[in-house]
Amino acid sequence: MKTAEELNNIVKQVRRDIVRMVHAVQSGHPGGSLGCAEYFTVLYQNIMNYSAVPFNMDGKNEDVFVLSNGHISPVFYSTLAHAGFFDKNELATFRKLDSRLQGHPATEEGLPGIRIASGSLGQGLSVAIGMAQAKKLNNDDQNVYVLMGDGELQEGQNWEAIMYAGHNKVDNLIATVDFNKQQIDGSIVDIMGFTELRSKFEAFGWKVLEMNGNDVTSVQEGLLSAKENAGNGQPVVIVMSTEMGNGVDFMMGSHKWHGIPPNDEQLEEALSQNISSLGDY
Amino acid sequence: MVKTEVLEKKDTRSGFGAGLLELGKRNPNVVALCADLTGSLKMDAFEKEFPNRFFQAGIAEANMIGMAAGLATGGKIPFTGTFANFSTGRVYDQIRQSVAYSHKNVKICASHAGLTLGEDGATHQILEDLGLMKMLPNMVVINPCDYNQTKAATIAIAEYEGPVYLRFGRPKWPVFTDANQKFEIGKAWKIQDGTDVSIFATGHMVWKAMEAANELEASGLSVEIINIHTIKPLDDQAILESVAKTRCVVTAEEHQMNGGLGDSICQLLARNTPAPVEMVAVNDQFGESGKPEQLLEKYGLDTVNIVEAAQKVLARKNG
Repeated sequence: MKTAEELNNIVKQVRRDIVRMVHAVQSGHPGGSLGCAEYFTVLYQNIMNYSAVPFNMDGKNEDVFVLSNGHISPVFYSTLAHAGFFDKNELATFRKLDSRLQGHPATEEGLPGIRIASGSLGQGLSVAIGMAQAKKLNNDDQNVYVLMGDGELQEGQNWEAIMYAGHNKVDNLIATVDFNKQQIDGSIVDIMGFTELRSKFEAFGWKVLEMNGNDVTSVQEGLLSAKENAGNGQPVVIVMSTEMGNGVDFMMGSHKWHGIPPNDEQLEEALSQNISSLGDY
Repeated sequence: MVKTEVLEKKDTRSGFGAGLLELGKRNPNVVALCADLTGSLKMDAFEKEFPNRFFQAGIAEANMIGMAAGLATGGKIPFTGTFANFSTGRVYDQIRQSVAYSHKNVKICASHAGLTLGEDGATHQILEDLGLMKMLPNMVVINPCDYNQTKAATIAIAEYEGPVYLRFGRPKWPVFTDANQKFEIGKAWKIQDGTDVSIFATGHMVWKAMEAANELEASGLSVEIINIHTIKPLDDQAILESVAKTRCVVTAEEHQMNGGLGDSICQLLARNTPAPVEMVAVNDQFGESGKPEQLLEKYGLDTVNIVEAAQKVLARKNG
């Protein structure tokens, strides 16, 4: 188990990777990626049991993870690199021709750590449920983790999946909703809103937990609590409050950095707020 | 002359159900998912025999396709079942991203395809599914012709690693292929040799092609009939060899002309050896309620339409 200080050092490096990756190709999604740096770091450093090398697509007897809101691929790729799935220098190929690091995660190029393509929203939870059912058939007692965006919950397929998992007691499933309250066109309450999610998930028979996604200690406690609640006849969801753009002050508190890369000056400013701990790629 | 006295009629969906049950016994990794149409898809025997490997998805097809992708990731061989319309158009993006692009070993099994669904009408009579599915990279597309071939195809696709779309139908239809046939994906099946005209047919229309061939032969023509049960990958070699002999072509399918089997064959011929082609297919229209035979007649998918199409291409070849 890594300490909070060690985790925070990795988080800073992940943030640096994110802004450098999107800056280098002047495209990609820094806002949501930055908001989830703590979640990814804690999940891959302290919570999940997995084999990075060799990477096994079927994930048998391992915990597996699905990213449903695939546009936050920068944080996923950086996390996988720091967890040893591939060399961190490959992060420099993000969104470039012939790269395994596609704009949105894909299995086509064989990047270790990716089990399903995502990008078109609303599909990851269903896939995670299928993986969880496969684990039950395989007598595999590990869990399936899935991250979804909050705006993404506007996609109807999620509610099919939420209804299914509750009805069928898919209790080896630990979903997390990145509740940053923002989407491309504005804030969720203005676009098509919900102010809370607990009652909705509970109505479908889910166990609902909450955590502060931008505090590694809260994330660790939340994920450990979710793990303890797994296997109790209910799927588990963590409503994770985050700030989009967290860790880079001028990107915080607005939906405007959802899909905008920083310019040279902004990159330097962002990096100065996150001193390199592990060395840049 | 091919034999067209009908000995027995059975629905191709029952061939799927029988094949799935057989697979359940043979391979413990085969699992099935259904969106509230277990009886219509003839999946009830599998459900009864293997309840732990059967997933009732409810009327929620998008989630069903996603779950199938997840089950495949975990090493299972999922067979999804619902009507062809809900198996394709309704869930196109889920199939595209979670199944085809992600290389998942999912078998999308679709019943009640085409006009022969009958009385339910155009909302359910999808005539675009072959086109939708064949456009997807990595997707294999199969449309068997009768009960026995559907059963054999169901069993065969479990052996193939990768996404497959398997299309079958509702009506009871003549059974004319061998009960013990070995189904080879992508390998066209020549029903009869001929030298004057090639008829390439798929699904229920294979039977109509055989009836048409007999009528044409009664007027002294030599007709080659090839059952293209696999739309993708297309058996290019079998088609080109046949056309090299006959130099004119009729295609027959229970599908839109745009995007179907005829469209694939025309592309192949245009790139290799252009020849006169007539396509017996639905011409840019939606269907409607009616009995299957009435609909095939009204929409130009009957035996007589194949005969007329053959006469047209023969005239162009000889003109």
